[in-house]
Parts: sequence; C-alpha cells; structure tokens
Amino acid sequence: MGLKKNVEPKIAAFSSANLGLTCSVEKSFPYRIYPIGDQAITLDFGNLIKDEINAQVMALFYWLKEENLHGIKDIIPAYSTISLVYDAPMIRKWAGNGSVYQYMEQYLTNALQQLDLLALPGNRELRIPVCYHQSLAPDLLELCQEKQMDLNEFVAIHTATPYRVYMIGFLPGFAYMGSLDERIVAPRKLTPRTHVAAGSVGIAGVQTGIYPFASPGGWQLIGQTPMTLFRANDDQPSLFQPGDLVQFEAISIDQFYQLKNNPS
Amino acid sequence: MGVRVLKSGMADSLRDAGRFGFQHLGIPPGGAMDNVAMQVVNILVGNPTGAVVMEMHYPAPQLEFNSPALMALSGADFQATIDGVEIALNQPMLVPTGSVIKFNKPVSGARCYLGVKGGFEADEWLGSKTTNNFAVRGGYQGRNLQKADWVAFAKPFSYEVEEPAVMPWTANVRELYPQGPCYLIPGAEYDLLDVASKQCLIHEPFQIASNSNRMGYRLQSAPMHLGEYKECLSSGVGFGTLQLLPDAQTILLMADHQTTAGYPRLGHVASVSLPTLAQLNAGDSIRFQLIDMNTAESLYAAQEKHLRQLKNACNFRLQEYLSND
Repeated sequence: MGLKKNVEPKIAAFSSANLGLTCSVEKSFPYRIYPIGDQAITLDFGNLIKDEINAQVMALFYWLKEENLHGIKDIIPAYSTISLVYDAPMIRKWAGNGSVYQYMEQYLTNALQQLDLLALPGNRELRIPVCYHQSLAPDLLELCQEKQMDLNEFVAIHTATPYRVYMIGFLPGFAYMGSLDERIVAPRKLTPRTHVAAGSVGIAGVQTGIYPFASPGGWQLIGQTPMTLFRANDDQPSLFQPGDLVQFEAISIDQFYQLKNNPS
Repeated sequence: MGVRVLKSGMADSLRDAGRFGFQHLGIPPGGAMDNVAMQVVNILVGNPTGAVVMEMHYPAPQLEFNSPALMALSGADFQATIDGVEIALNQPMLVPTGSVIKFNKPVSGARCYLGVKGGFEADEWLGSKTTNNFAVRGGYQGRNLQKADWVAFAKPFSYEVEEPAVMPWTANVRELYPQGPCYLIPGAEYDLLDVASKQCLIHEPFQIASNSNRMGYRLQSAPMHLGEYKECLSSGVGFGTLQLLPDAQTILLMADHQTTAGYPRLGHVASVSLPTLAQLNAGDSIRFQLIDMNTAESLYAAQEKHLRQLKNACNFRLQEYLSND
C-alpha cells in the first residue's frame, strides 16, 4: 500500500532564519498506534511526561501540518501522543484495498520515519506576570503550611525556571505546563471548585497551568495572571502554543490591578 | 428574510458540521449533535449538506416566518404544527410570510433540526458557523436563541408562496439510523478491563443520566473496573469516546466534547451509530456491541452512500419546482 504523495521533509518553512533556534529530534522512542474511533487515530510514545518525547510529538505535529494531507481535519498533540482526526470517506478515495485505518496507520509510521531530518521551530519564550497575593490564591497558604514552607520560598520555586507548554486542552487555550520542582508538587483538590476565576494559576501533580476562562476546576490555585490568554477575535486566539516556554514573574497586587485595568 | 423567535425553547442554537482545525488549541468541533438530521434537512431544501441549520431541544421554540421559505424538519419528532396544522418530518414544505411553527409535544428523539433554503445566516468564527457557547462565538451572537431574536436567511428565497404547501416526496431516513445495539470500537484501555467488566460492557444496559448534555452523556450501569489501575496522561479524544471515571461509571463524549482527556478509554462509538445516539434522551438505555474497524468503516460508508443517493434524488425532484435556481 503506497502513499499518495512522495513525502519529503519540508525544512524551509521552519528554518532557523525565521523562527530562531532549532533543535534536532531523535527518533528512538518506542511507540504504538491505535484507533480512537473509525475517524481518528493516535500515535502514542508511552504514558510519559518527558521533554524529548513531547519535542518529538511537536515535530510530528509541524510535519503533519506542513504536509497538509487532504482529509485530515485536526491534529491534536498531547504530552506523549498525537491524534489525527480524519474524514474517512475522503481518505477512502486513495486508501487502496485496505481499510482507511490501515492507510492512516501507514501514513503515521512513514511520517515518523521522515522526522529525523526535520528541524523544529524554536520554542517561543513568554514571560507571564502572576500575582501570588492570597486574595487571588485561595490554596496557597494551606499548601505552604502543609509543606512547611515560607510563602516567598514557594513563589521563588514556582518562578525559578521556565515551564514547557506540553499541550493545550480541557478548555480553549488551557496550557498544560511542567514540570514542577518536586518541592511544590501537589495533588488535585478532592472536590473540584464549581467556579475558578479566569487567569487563575493552578497546580496539579507535576503540572501547572492557567485557566483562560472562568470555569469549574480541580487544580490547587496559587495565583492569578492579569493577562488575557484567549482572544476569540484574533486569528491566533490562544496566547499559548504547544512547545512554548513560559516564565512566570511575580508581581504585586497593585501591579496586578494596574495591568488588569490597563491591558496593553 | 428570516424567522423571528416568538418564544424561545430550552436550548436552540445554530449549527453546521463543526469547527475543525483548532482542536490543538482546545477548541472543540461542536457541530450538530445529529449530523444525519442536519444533512437531511439541507438535502430536502437543496442546500449544501453542511449549511447552517437550527438545532432544537424540547421544549422547542415558536417561530414566525417573516418571508416565504422552503423549509424542512428532521431528527426528533416534537409534533410540529404550522398555523395549527400538523406537519411531517423529512418532507420539504413551502411556507408563506407570517406562518408560525410550533412544537407541541416530544413524541420521539431528542433533537429536531430546521433547515431553510439558503441556510440560516450565522457568525463565522475560525472557519465555521457553529455556535461555541464557551467562547461566545459563531452561530447567533455566540449563544443560544432567545425570544425576539431575528434569524435571517443566508440567501434570499425568491419565490412567492400563497399558502403552505407540502412537496409530494419524503426522505426515508429509517436506514440512516441503525436500531439495536450501539456499535463500539474497543479503546486503548479496553483490554485492561477485568473480566466481569468486559461482560458488563456488552451485556448490561447503560442508562443516560439526567446530567447529560451536548458535552457528554453520563451513563449509569453496573460498576466497571480495570484489572490493574492505570493513570493516564491527557490525550486526544473525540465524539463518541467512552471513558471510565474514577467512580466506576462511564461518560460518553458528545459533540461539544473536550479536545483532550485523561480517563481510561474503553471504546469509541462507531460513526454510523452517532446520529442514533444523539437522538436519545436522559433515561434511555444504551446497549453496546463491539465491532471491528473494517465493519465500522463499511457501515459508515454505506450510510454516506445512502445520503448521497438521497441528495441526488431530492435535487432531481426539487429542480421540477425551483426552476430559476
């Protein structure tokens, strides 16, 4: 069963010239491919939060986007998986005698084999102001008490290093970032809140993230950003993209309201 | 030209086939729950199959036509009347200015679709006109319809209509909705279910709980368990994904599903079964039957073929009536 197109890696669109740094991708991770319905398929590198694996997921994501195979409706990268949503009747037209699924499985396998020549776009670095004042951080005091840690120490640890955006999901623009320093790792709340304010910064296990909208949520809330993370009217509505590096910067409550009321 | 909402229903919204290409940013497709009924009403009035339609739940709205229209209803039967006269589903119909459409009682199904020649006008957002209630975009101002809203037609209907007239043909939709069990493709964590739970999945009924909506159906059944606990990282999911929750019950993701989720995936409803599923109400029961990929693909291909044939037949009939189209 041959592929319709002779797939060649397209490096030009992601050259270091227009996108900053590049990093090379190794392709040594074991994987499996399985269906998630009769019009969607997942390639899974194992149930792991690992930068190198996520980098490979993102390399595949950009490769597939560039390839733009007719009939692929969505490409969803996650921590260690990438899922393709496809239009089965359309792909059936060139799938040959096998099933559409088999064609897609082969397509993904081939895509993976092309990857070692690919340069990834550099990670964008974003600086996000966060106010850790207790009026905006309902779980912070209790967490500090549990961990017998000074509040300033907690904030210093949370802002010490940039976090990688591993994936976006749950809500429009909700970025799953990590990994947290083990000293501030904390489980989800046993009972989720019915209302979490937009901009709330939360932690769950080794992950940290920001709620772009007011919504129910179970993450422990340790601060809030005054920034708008999702602008529906923009062509690129989500501030965060998978692969971004996010550095949190502590701001005072005064700065928070100043930024909140005068968004630039 | 359009319809005025005289009385709003429980959840009426404008829908198309869905917003694709943005799930990597957490934006769900959110198209019509019953994709077949959406296509059928469009086919009946001679629209492209993905033109914007009105999706209605019961209690459904009361609507007044402010101009003549060619319209059709499909999906759930809410005993519709036009100016007091009962009208059938799946039949194109000409209505004059001032006609009032009412829905009198829920007879069968959960979602009724109204299509008009030319489609409804709706806000476009990220390549689709379907409503996204969360981002408040698409559809009618990004929200469900309310009393006094005026929903315009996307294209004017340029015929004069004196009185309501039913076209002399009906779309036979029975074969588009497989009856009997809901077909399920085993999911990545299906094999981890213990023996009793595997039996439960194919032999026990799953009842749709009242806290079910366009995002997902909460199902009540005998408890199910994985033989060995597995913590899953979030990963892509879809319309029809059946997930096992920590309380040993399941949730079936529907049209407004989140783009990623981290609960064990027991299975995925085959595309051919989704329209049938979309017409179930809280309290209804589902029985699952596992099928393999080849079977799922051929059943869906047959459904698509059936819709294409319906489209050709309807266009042929419609041409006799709408000459200047």
